[in-house]
Amino acid sequence: MSRDIYDIAIIGAGPAGMAAAIEADRRGASVVLLDEQPRPGGQIYRNVGIATPRQREVLGQDYAKGDALVTALERSGAKHLSDITVWQITGTGRIAYSRKNQAEQLEARQVIVATGATERPVPLPGWTLPGVLTAGAAQILMKSGGLVAEDAVLVGSGPLLYLIAAQMVAAGSPPKAMIETQTGSDLQAAMKHLGGALRGWRYLAKGLSLIAQLKRAGVRRYTGAGDIKVLGSDRAEAVSFTWKGRELRIETDTVLLHQGVVPNTQITRSLQLDHRYEEDQRCFVPVTDTFGLSSSPIVSVAGDGAGIGGAAVAALSGQLAALGALHRLDLITNETFETSSAPILETRAKELAVRPFLDRAYPPSQQTLKPVDTTIICRCEEVTAGDIRRYAALGCKGPNQAKAFGRSGMGPCQGRYCGLTVTEILSAENGISQQETGALRIRSPIKPVTLGELAAYQEEEHA
Amino acid sequence: MFTPLETASGRQVTFNFDGREFTAQEGTPLAAALLGAGVSEFRSTPVSASPRGPFCMMGACFDCLVQIDDVTVQACMTPVRDGLVVKRIPRPDVSAEPHDSAPQGSENSREALRA
Amino acid sequence: MTTLIIGGGVVGLSIAFGLLQQGKSVLVLDGGDGDFRASRGNFGLVWIQGKGVDCPSYSNWSRRSAGLWPGYAEDLKKLTGIDISLSQKGGVDYFTDETELKDRIAALESLKQAVGGDYPFEVLDHSGLKKLVPEIGPKVIGGLYSPMDGHVNPLLLLQALSSAVRRLGGDLRTGAQVVGIEAADRAFSVRLANGDRAEGEAIVLAAGLGASELGPELGFKAPVRAQQGQVLITERLPFFLNYPSGTLRQVNEGGVQIGASKAEIGADDREDLGTIAKLARHAVDVFPHLAPVNLVRSWAALRVMSPDGLPIYQRSTKYEGARFVTCHSGITLAAAHARLLPDWVVGSNQVPDLSDFSEARF
Ligand SMILES: Cc1cc2nc3c(=O)[nH]c(=O)nc-3n(C[C@H](O)[C@H](O)[C@H](O)COP(=O)(O)OP(=O)(O)OC[C@H]3O[C@@H](n4cnc5c(N)ncnc54)[C@H](O)[C@@H]3O)c2cc1C
Ligand code: FES
Repeated sequence: MSRDIYDIAIIGAGPAGMAAAIEADRRGASVVLLDEQPRPGGQIYRNVGIATPRQREVLGQDYAKGDALVTALERSGAKHLSDITVWQITGTGRIAYSRKNQAEQLEARQVIVATGATERPVPLPGWTLPGVLTAGAAQILMKSGGLVAEDAVLVGSGPLLYLIAAQMVAAGSPPKAMIETQTGSDLQAAMKHLGGALRGWRYLAKGLSLIAQLKRAGVRRYTGAGDIKVLGSDRAEAVSFTWKGRELRIETDTVLLHQGVVPNTQITRSLQLDHRYEEDQRCFVPVTDTFGLSSSPIVSVAGDGAGIGGAAVAALSGQLAALGALHRLDLITNETFETSSAPILETRAKELAVRPFLDRAYPPSQQTLKPVDTTIICRCEEVTAGDIRRYAALGCKGPNQAKAFGRSGMGPCQGRYCGLTVTEILSAENGISQQETGALRIRSPIKPVTLGELAAYQEEEHA
Repeated sequence: MFTPLETASGRQVTFNFDGREFTAQEGTPLAAALLGAGVSEFRSTPVSASPRGPFCMMGACFDCLVQIDDVTVQACMTPVRDGLVVKRIPRPDVSAEPHDSAPQGSENSREALRA
Repeated sequence: MTTLIIGGGVVGLSIAFGLLQQGKSVLVLDGGDGDFRASRGNFGLVWIQGKGVDCPSYSNWSRRSAGLWPGYAEDLKKLTGIDISLSQKGGVDYFTDETELKDRIAALESLKQAVGGDYPFEVLDHSGLKKLVPEIGPKVIGGLYSPMDGHVNPLLLLQALSSAVRRLGGDLRTGAQVVGIEAADRAFSVRLANGDRAEGEAIVLAAGLGASELGPELGFKAPVRAQQGQVLITERLPFFLNYPSGTLRQVNEGGVQIGASKAEIGADDREDLGTIAKLARHAVDVFPHLAPVNLVRSWAALRVMSPDGLPIYQRSTKYEGARFVTCHSGITLAAAHARLLPDWVVGSNQVPDLSDFSEARF
């Protein structure tokens, strides 16, 4: 089987990946962009190319901003492989993927991983019940399902929670209530970052206006809530929680959870790149330089996958990663590299200014970082927080041993929704830092693939 | 519950899930089509037979798994096509150990060997 | 008297468990979360057919262990409540190549003679095999069934052993990387990476691949090398496969495990596409109905191999009280290690004859 060789392969067609592809193509590199979705856009601009006027109205200005990138990408010469699943990348730049149930592969001299973020796990009692989704899922349903959640209860914290609530208001279906976990002291702690955040005042102003919109729409907010449980036997029926010393209960069949987003590190972990635990964002991020270059000389990471920064930052870091890769490939001169990247670096710094404030103001709740023993933390294998604590008592120091003992991380999601929680619990139980506790080793396939497809795959003989 | 944002404008197609017929706009993610039709439980877990349905809608949680043509797929990543036949995933029998559930015990197998 | 055991894999823990059952005091030192661990990555077979074709005493030793397995599993269950899913109903090896089958039959026949005739196995042609395993595909020309074989959940075994060692009062320290050993007769002091020390009057080196570095400090050659093995696991399926084979077994959770490849590429535990595809082809050749089944994970682990692939059981000729144990088939031999090795470790009289497995052969 012959395979195509590109200068630059980019995984993920969100803002980071699209911006990288456009930049690299514009400067003469051969570029391939791979994505699972049928259309470019990533999670934030999902389906923007075919959105109806009504969807645009509900989803707002920031969503419509994706148009420019999508159009530029379509006009560019970058090859866009959509509807494909990448399930293995090697350290030498070989990428194996499925397309229409066929195993294919290509090769690239430089790889840019732009696979974005996933929502942080929200292990609460009852979070596995049907009818409980992430808030991000509810937003995706607006973008690509044309659906809005009705009488839903939003649970958690973070700027995205307000955005989604406001979009639901705009859709004429305001949330029944918002149960928010951030507390007054979180806000106080954040205040010392306010100075920096003011450099990114537009974000703050936007946040305040969202909150005002929710107020106008009469959405009931319970901030500083604790002990949150989703109740129900076969599906979600209600949410109970404590608030200002009272026990409350709200009936609903749709519960939307959100505790911020974290980098999707499946691919960077599978490549065994260096990662570090980011205290402020309470998650692991790949170690990268300013241009996103990882510990591998041919792999860069751009966008939220390299650390949460949001869509604007993602697009800028996509451009920077492309410039870095072009430079390493000698496709641009030193001078072009420097003059082109300087203004982007400056803008990015401004865009990032608000992050420390947001990280402090909306931390993941203690309840989800330290779930009670009976809470399921591994959705696939139904492993509880108590199980992990028992393994710690048996001498388990890291998530890989915990996986061997109790299967957390062995299911089809490969630890996407339990990995961080396992690290947090082991770290707390053993009194060892999260960094030292480490993360799950990720193996191929990054996403499941059928044996038949693999069996049909013939590799060229090794020379 | 999830309700439509607007009256659908695209081509409507029919598909079948677990023996029931549904209509949806062509190309909609299967998980969205089912949620829109009021179906939120797609499978039961192999570990404890608990009900599950879509959680992340972005291909990360694997809770929306269903079967199409005997292949387990993520319903949130599968666009609806006309005539699609979607099944629930058969569950391994969790109550039985493999050596208990074996259709042929070791005696039987010895017999089979002799035959 | 405390016995130090370096290595908390299935070999070290089985010996620790056996010593504790005899009332001895034990301190197990085990390395970090990212260490190479055959005990975590293995295939889970308690396998006899074909083992020791060139070394009947290895065949006998393996078989003795298989015989001890039910009691060993029972002991672990009684003590820890963990059922490690042992099943010893026999195993089947599938063949798609006539010559390979013939060669294997000849090898088993000669081994049968060498061990005195008690070596049950049966040769099955395609239709005979189909009665036993109806799912086989047309490419399978036949197979070998032996009632001696079985399988177990190796991860539950590891968990049960860790739990059992603690329950019996053993000291099991994890994250305890041994970096140096000071040795004298019946006085051993080991240094850990974090600066701690541990002392004992006897020491067992059971550090898998870590042994090659530490061995010489105790007077062992410890000639072990890494051999890579890759394994695939599918999504969970309804149970259909009653017998494990050397390359395919359905685990107690329902997934079908496919493996293991063999590659002499040093200490590299990364999986690769070519091997994954080859293993998938094998699975679909034997069981065509697996074609639409999803592979959910693959992994590569490192076998701990001596130059001839056989175990090494060695008493130190330099320091009294020091022992070196290593083997490839640590799961199969776990029961023997727990039940029979303790006597050899403490050096009392009823020791099993392990002279064929000394380091002197290298
Ligand atoms: C792919 C594969 C398939 C296999 N299939 C089977 C099978 O089906 N049946 C079977 O019987 N066997 C099988 N095996 C073999 C079996 O897994 C091994 O024989 C057994 O696990 C070896 O155990 P061990 O304790 O010697 O080594 P390991 O399990 O590797 O354990 C060594 C331990 O020593 C520790 N260590 C190393 N250095 C140090 C140090 N300096 N200080 C402290 N601790 C240290 C490590 O942390 C580790 O925990 C298979 C192996 C592989 C790789
Ligand atoms: S809903 Fe999470 S993978 Fe489909």
